[in-house]
Amino acid sequence: MDTAPKRTPLAPVHESLGARMIDFGGWWMPVHYQGILEEHRAVRTQAGLFDISHMGEIFVTGPDAEVWLNRMLTNNVVQLENGQGQYTLLLNERGGVIDDLLCYRLEQDHYLLLVNASKIEEDFLWLQSYASPGVAVNNQSDLWAGLALQGPEAEAIVRALLGPEVSLPTRNQIISLGIPNGPILLARTGYTGEDGFEWFCPAQTAPIWWEKLLEAGRPLGLLPCGLGARDTLRLEAGFTLNGSDLSPEHTPLEAGLSSFVKLDKGDFIGRTSLAAQRDSGLTRRLVALVMEGKTPPPRPHYPVYNGDSLVGETCSGSLSPTLGLGIAMAYLPPTLCAPGTRVDLEIRGRRFPAIVSKRPLYRRQPNA
Amino acid sequence: MNIPEDLLYAKTHEWLRLSGASATIGITDHAQHELTDVVYVELPAVGTHVAAGQQICVVESVKAASDIYSPASGTVESVNDALTSDPALLNTDPYGKGWIFTLRLDADADLSALKQPAAYAQELAGH
Repeated sequence: MDTAPKRTPLAPVHESLGARMIDFGGWWMPVHYQGILEEHRAVRTQAGLFDISHMGEIFVTGPDAEVWLNRMLTNNVVQLENGQGQYTLLLNERGGVIDDLLCYRLEQDHYLLLVNASKIEEDFLWLQSYASPGVAVNNQSDLWAGLALQGPEAEAIVRALLGPEVSLPTRNQIISLGIPNGPILLARTGYTGEDGFEWFCPAQTAPIWWEKLLEAGRPLGLLPCGLGARDTLRLEAGFTLNGSDLSPEHTPLEAGLSSFVKLDKGDFIGRTSLAAQRDSGLTRRLVALVMEGKTPPPRPHYPVYNGDSLVGETCSGSLSPTLGLGIAMAYLPPTLCAPGTRVDLEIRGRRFPAIVSKRPLYRRQPNA
Repeated sequence: MNIPEDLLYAKTHEWLRLSGASATIGITDHAQHELTDVVYVELPAVGTHVAAGQQICVVESVKAASDIYSPASGTVESVNDALTSDPALLNTDPYGKGWIFTLRLDADADLSALKQPAAYAQELAGH
């Protein structure tokens, strides 16, 4: 466990910007540059730039790729058009979550799986263990870097950099740009609840693109942002974090992700267990909690009470900079999952009231 | 880093301003910088008796909760209620409006373990 954390191609850039760096799941990553609140606000009102090079890029190719992926993943790959992506999950046989990921169909028989940093090896080994002659699985995570540009000004920034005439992807689309220092894979996705892009480039070009994007975005209020703001933003937006809210002990049905699980598409790993769970009913569900009034910010693993009975614990928690209140997620028994239900969080031996609330807690205003 | 000349410093980055038998206590500029945006301060209860080095209250940033230790032994005399509505005072004015509590020092309170400003500055430089 004493191995040094891995460095992304942008680690020297973060260090030169004075970022606070931490070991995040084996990666040396920035928590923040100036401060989490300022970076959070930048993404909600203007734009933020994140290093997501730690995330994994696994390519799946071959004539049987579509059929094979549809057996590996919960969402329906067949529905994807070329250049389109979908959120999906990789499950074990018991229906527990190995990873949540984005699956992009780049071309007919050519897919990109964008997976969590801490799960790259595990996902890759799992997929390889189901190897099939008509499918090639390549882990190219070390060859690619990723930048996430998020916020209402994201489109204007990309246009400022690439020119007004460039045709940009729409929500969940991915395009390939053949430009100097390319190729670039540009996807219209994100993990913040705002409009935005994920920009994948050859690893060695990451510092060039980081600089170019920051420069193009500076007049529009773009700030470099760390994992601290990434966590508060995703929590407000109701996105689950694997390792905190998702794990092999939880199914996507319990996590409220059933719209990404297509039980009627044909067989896939975990389907039998999920169908049984659906038929027998859930014993717990992931809900969002909003603290009532001014309280200490919730953190993971705080006990949740209904009256005197312990009914669960928080799996994620933070101050919501947008709401100015503490927010959390927790798995609770179905009887306590209706929005408006009151429970109590125990923080350092004291109880504080929290209200079960509809996810997401933050939804951006649609563009006029 | 701002390190005022008229204060004493604990190795856990609290400062102490002595005035007669009482002392005012807060966290240093270095500490607030390390904590980043303070969003919640759990103040000690007035009347609590603490030993030097004992955990006395909690300061929370967006990312983490941090324990604050009393730099001296004594009884909590007053607390800075302004921090309840404006915890960011710890960031913006750590030696002034961001004070946390005052102590009536024990008669045998020993301040000899606390650092003079120059020694504290040296410790931070070796950081």
